[in-house]
Amino acid sequence: MMGGRRLSLDWIGAVPFLGYVALFLFLPTVIIVAGAFANAGGPTLSNFANLSRPYIVSAVISSVILSAVTAVGGAVLGALLTYAIATGNPRGTFRRMVTSACGVLAQFGGVILAFAFIAAIGPASAVYVYLSQHHLDYYASGVWLYDLRGLELVYLYFQIPLMVLIFLPAVDGIKPQWREATESLGGGTWHYWRYVAGPLLAPAFLGSTLLLFANALSAYATAAALINQGGPILPLQISNAITSEVGLHEPGFAKAQAVVLIVIVAIVSVLYAVLQRRTARWLQ
Amino acid sequence: MTGSRRAKLQVFRVVTFVLFGAFFLGPIWAMFEFSTRGVGENSPRTLDAWKSIATYPDLVAGIVASFELAVITSIGVLVVLVPTMVWVRLRLPRLRRVIESISLLPLTIPAIVLVVGFSPMYQWMGINFSDSILTLSLAYAILVLPYAYRSLDAGLAAIDVKTLSEAARSLGAGWFTVMWRVIVPNISSALLNAGLLSVALVLGEYTIANNLLYPNLQVEIVSVGRTSAGVSIAVAVASLLFAFVLLVALSFVGGQRGGRRRTRERLLQTFGRDFSGGTR
Repeated sequence: MMGGRRLSLDWIGAVPFLGYVALFLFLPTVIIVAGAFANAGGPTLSNFANLSRPYIVSAVISSVILSAVTAVGGAVLGALLTYAIATGNPRGTFRRMVTSACGVLAQFGGVILAFAFIAAIGPASAVYVYLSQHHLDYYASGVWLYDLRGLELVYLYFQIPLMVLIFLPAVDGIKPQWREATESLGGGTWHYWRYVAGPLLAPAFLGSTLLLFANALSAYATAAALINQGGPILPLQISNAITSEVGLHEPGFAKAQAVVLIVIVAIVSVLYAVLQRRTARWLQ
Repeated sequence: MTGSRRAKLQVFRVVTFVLFGAFFLGPIWAMFEFSTRGVGENSPRTLDAWKSIATYPDLVAGIVASFELAVITSIGVLVVLVPTMVWVRLRLPRLRRVIESISLLPLTIPAIVLVVGFSPMYQWMGINFSDSILTLSLAYAILVLPYAYRSLDAGLAAIDVKTLSEAARSLGAGWFTVMWRVIVPNISSALLNAGLLSVALVLGEYTIANNLLYPNLQVEIVSVGRTSAGVSIAVAVASLLFAFVLLVALSFVGGQRGGRRRTRERLLQTFGRDFSGGTR
């Protein structure tokens, strides 16, 4: 009797936090999911039927391609950088500086990143002005920086450091003894990478690539600042659907698109978790 | 390791660091270069773009709003989170996992998805409650929740919350005194960490503000950039420098004990490690 009352009083301490997250984390989620399956008339699937509009289909395809390209590119380049870091002094200042810089750069995105690239290689940049005067006009066939191809380059700026952050622990887990063992059995560098280190790192590499994919898929601010017209990728279409006049007449439309995005991200996250567990078996 | 392989490895490392260094530092250098350009070709370097920041009232308003949001958000999230986490450690250990997974949940939800749910809520709030830009801090606290949680969790793990609070209680302290005069001074560096990360995140936020049509710093940078790129790049450089100073400060706060230093490094590195889009 006493214990029961005591318990209920203790729970009050968690009420402010739970109340806040209920209002600002769970309520928005409920609004999205419920709204995606309803319109003014009641429950419906018409919001999802609307996703078959050609510009949405092409935005989803472009989003997936953009995310896949920058995930694979970021993963390969990031893995190279990771290897260069991992082969240095594990307690050195240089390594600490580089990994901390990666922590900052992986979060450095959005508007400022878009402007940094406009300043660096945009049509008014010093680099472009110099190169175009020397017959190297890389915008001869149009300013691709404000295009999907530009996004692919700019996204690498946060994908590579993110790869370093999540892949470095796995590469650190590789023991030099394994290489020595390979050599004592007569194996060379190729054998070591093909039969020892490669298979061990493969799940971590694939898992990291998936994480990068989800990361690129969710990014909005960089694309919004770089691309002025149209909505070539899904996050920009979602934004159009919430803010535009047309979108306000179809409140369920943005929600259905949001559900599609979150479903893709969720599938990728589950796959990542599975691969992460495989990685943990060997490399800890 | 044989000598030739070591030499090859050294060459590989140097080449890699130089190339990646150029890729990552180039755009930042270019922003400085761009923001100090003169008007005509071959004109000398000038700070005109920097000086004219103050002549854009919308931009100044955006800067002020973002700083206010940063302060309100970081204080707000600490005021809600610290007592809850302490209370859960003392009285509701069974709830700890729940609080942890709720707090880390925003890491997996893209900001552009969250804002779809916020949109009708903010329309309702704008009509019935307040349409001030400062209401954004309610949404921002969700974004910074995972970072604040991790930082505070590391801080609380380093002290014995139970013994400290029981000692204080047995000396006659009330719960408020326990919080304010016993727990808070003991986790001051964790509080500072959480606060700095929150400020850095809020100052860089664009997705939610832009889609709820509130002109914060980043939204104004984009809108000024449409007419005068030099000024908006100058502001971008300034906000980048400020965030950089914050994060460098982050790596210096607290004592010099090894454990704490490791925690700090981990925090700084996990800062970029979410894949919810964050401020990207």
